Amino acid sequence: MKMRFLASAACALGLLIASAARAESLNINGSTTVLPVAQKVAEAFMKEYPSISVSISGGGSGNGIKAIIDGTTDIANSSRFIKDKEVALAVQKGAYPVPFAVAYDCIVPVVHPSNTISDLSLDQLKAIYEGKIRNWKEVGGPDRPVVVISRDTSSGTYEVWEEKVMRKSRVYPGALLQASNGAVAQAVSRNANAIGYVGIGYLNEGLKPLTVDGVAAGVETTLDGTFAISRPLFMFTRGWPEGPVLKFIKYVLHPAKGQKYVKDAGFVPLY
Amino acid sequence: MIAERANREALIRAFFFGVAFVSIAILGTILVFLFAEGTPIFRTVSVKAFLFGRYWYPTADPPDFGIYPLLIASMAVTALSACISVPLGIMTALYLAEIASERVRETVKPIIELLAALPSVVIGFFGMVVVAPFLQETFNIATGLNLFNASLMLAFMSVPTICSISEDAIRSVPLELKEASLALGATHLETIGRVIIPASLSGISTAVILGMSRAIGETMVVLMVAGGAAMVPLSIFDPVRPMPASIAAEMAEAPFRSEHYHALFAIGMVLFLFTMVFNVIADTVAHKHKQVGAATL
Repeated sequence: MKMRFLASAACALGLLIASAARAESLNINGSTTVLPVAQKVAEAFMKEYPSISVSISGGGSGNGIKAIIDGTTDIANSSRFIKDKEVALAVQKGAYPVPFAVAYDCIVPVVHPSNTISDLSLDQLKAIYEGKIRNWKEVGGPDRPVVVISRDTSSGTYEVWEEKVMRKSRVYPGALLQASNGAVAQAVSRNANAIGYVGIGYLNEGLKPLTVDGVAAGVETTLDGTFAISRPLFMFTRGWPEGPVLKFIKYVLHPAKGQKYVKDAGFVPLY
Repeated sequence: MIAERANREALIRAFFFGVAFVSIAILGTILVFLFAEGTPIFRTVSVKAFLFGRYWYPTADPPDFGIYPLLIASMAVTALSACISVPLGIMTALYLAEIASERVRETVKPIIELLAALPSVVIGFFGMVVVAPFLQETFNIATGLNLFNASLMLAFMSVPTICSISEDAIRSVPLELKEASLALGATHLETIGRVIIPASLSGISTAVILGMSRAIGETMVVLMVAGGAAMVPLSIFDPVRPMPASIAAEMAEAPFRSEHYHALFAIGMVLFLFTMVFNVIADTVAHKHKQVGAATL
């Protein structure tokens, strides 16, 4: 009798331990640009590994990297490489962020579909964003004012734009600032005078993508480097990944699994 | 027996004191945190350069931390929205309290107060998708995301506050004042203008200031519909970027404890001082013109 009780107790205990070992969790935080990729991959990942629950939040690249440094998240999505200051802070706190490039983002200048312009050079884009070109007819378009829509200066998308298009000059203060890719897409599709730029994943029928120096944005042009405005997207881990984090990173990098979802989310896969 | 009761009383008092103390302590801690994170920016820029600098380029190299355009934008949006919401709110309140029948008031007042329950993101979305294209086409302007649109949306949000507080103030005017005025032969409208409004002025002022402080601190709406250009507006159809919009748009990506991060907290401090001044004014006005009975007019 006593033995049986003990046996059943041992069984129950064993079950408890097993279930505790099964229910692993994974926290992902960071860039809102990488968010759609991470979400799609996580859904498929949880189907494959039902024992691991993945929770995702998007607070921006800076917050994600900060969370890696503080150890409050397992994986940080980032649309930019880690900054020197952040590395210094990480070393100070004994964290070693490891970067994994997971996809390429390609940033496309867009106008309202009613606009007759279809191609601009990098220099024309720069002049428009510096506020030097104020009317579409100066670049061969209709006689309408140019409404310049940009991103808040701390977004990763803006950083790419600044690096590849502005090249050390400033976006003029009269540019309208929107806080997300979705907001830029929304604002451009509602305004016939507008020009903006969005990640290639956010193109929709309400937007007209422009070619840059005659090159259209796309998978091939991003990977072979002919389309000028693109960047790699990263996932950072705290130290070399192991356990569920390693499983997830491997899954993301797998050409037939994670990279397929990268493509579905509208980004450019690595291969 | 009596001792036991006294003990129980003391316990209850201690419990309530404890709860109140905790909530005040939490607020105090947040305030301390805000100032601790905001003041370091003044090691790199002077207070004057921060408040009156014309350029806000926090991520450029070297960065510019001038919040003058944001400050002006916040004030302009608040002032313009007050111009729209104050007459609307107060007149609605007067109508409900003085002119409308009991049945109309019973139905309309809850509806107006329901407006206050609309999430700001919904109002912002409405401004972005409906009002912006409408303004752009009607006035033939470059963009519908501008100062006027933001003020309109904020006015929507502060009308319920202004209206319901004013209405309570108007209804609490002693009946004998009203009766005396009517007995002297004044018409209903004269009574409203000469007796009821002066008597409820303190309540109405409180309502207006609370409505305005709601407008100045509102984040989501201005982020969505103000346009976000960091420049001093020259017309009401210029895009602007009020202070809360800047904080909300940039905080996520600012590296932790960087100059940019401290600058955003410093904007938060300025915003806090603004709303505090508003509330102090509201409080003083309410105390100064307190209407006690009919004899103090």
